[in-house]
Amino acid sequence: MNAFKLWYHKLGSPPYFYVFAGYIQPWLWTIAIVLALLGLYGGLVLAPPDALQGDAFRIIFVHVPAAWMSLFVYGVMAVSAFIAVIWRPKMAEVLAMESAPIGAAFTLIALITGSLWGKPMWGTYWTWDARLTSELVLFFIYLGIIGLYHAFDDPRQGARAASFLAMIGAVNLPIVHYSVVWWNTLHQGTTVRYFGPSSIAPSMLWPLLLMTIAAKFYYGASLMGRSRVALLDRERGKDWVADEVRGGDVHG
Amino acid sequence: MRPLRRRRIILVALILGAVALATSAMVYGLSQNMNYLFTPSQVLAGKAHAYRSFRLGGMVVDGSIKHDQHSLLVDFSVTDGDHTMPVQYTGILPDLFRANQAVIATGRLRDGVFVASEVLAKHDATYMPRELKQAMAQAHLKHHIALPAAEAAP
Repeated sequence: MNAFKLWYHKLGSPPYFYVFAGYIQPWLWTIAIVLALLGLYGGLVLAPPDALQGDAFRIIFVHVPAAWMSLFVYGVMAVSAFIAVIWRPKMAEVLAMESAPIGAAFTLIALITGSLWGKPMWGTYWTWDARLTSELVLFFIYLGIIGLYHAFDDPRQGARAASFLAMIGAVNLPIVHYSVVWWNTLHQGTTVRYFGPSSIAPSMLWPLLLMTIAAKFYYGASLMGRSRVALLDRERGKDWVADEVRGGDVHG
Repeated sequence: MRPLRRRRIILVALILGAVALATSAMVYGLSQNMNYLFTPSQVLAGKAHAYRSFRLGGMVVDGSIKHDQHSLLVDFSVTDGDHTMPVQYTGILPDLFRANQAVIATGRLRDGVFVASEVLAKHDATYMPRELKQAMAQAHLKHHIALPAAEAAP
């Protein structure tokens, strides 16, 4: 067994993960906050106003990272859910279930900022076009997963049921992403492309990318914190939790 | 891999495959029937006949905007490049509404004129500073390149 595989297996053990998460969480927070401050300064102060939309386009620096994260978090959750259903390690269940509220929050932010942006530019807060509707469906799927998880008395049973729902709900991800391609929508198409040129000026692109990376680190930090609390709750009868609580050794 | 896990994987794969298949069939079906909007060509070809009220999408034709002096009534035409259609609307237009801007109007057809109850402006996926846009417009003029619609706006 090589070193990486050994480390991976160690991470699956709750006490080890608890300490590891406590160790990396402050670092993730620091990187997230620094990148977000830089990104916000670049986006709200340094970036020039858009030729058509003026200063109103600046909501892009919150809206687009949140919308991307709503899909990214779901992806991570669906993969952990798959692992949780097949191999049943506790940690995969915890990571999948603790990702759901974070993803739901990002989805809600994307929906709200999008609607605030839509009113001045499009002329309406809400319209039932394919992108907006599929993103709303994504929000409801998140809520369904959270609800199903908490509907069981046994968290392991609840996590398995909710993981199944998370995997099935993943069919919505390509629909959200390609909705602006497959259908005529009010929502515009893709601006930032991985391949080929992006249709956004470089002075506006770099703050957007910084905000995106900051959001990823925030997700990491938040997931670590939530998972530690969930582990203490799930393993409350175990010796290591008693040691951790009595020892007063505070991590992060 | 233990048989139990293999059974779980096969079960999960079968269920996910069925769900994915059902969803793609649905998406494919909807892509034929579900349209947020019709273009003037589609309307003139009779595609929107089945709907009393529908959405019409296209570019506002340059020079076609006529504001009424005493009311909020505004007349303009939208085009998809092939066909043009007159639109009538009473109300406040969104900020982005201007010539050569893509708009989506909701309403119904009355004697060949689309009477809109709501006009939304669609914006494209480009973001650029004003200076860059002017520079690009000048370069296009210099080299006699036809202006893409979104860049031709004032």
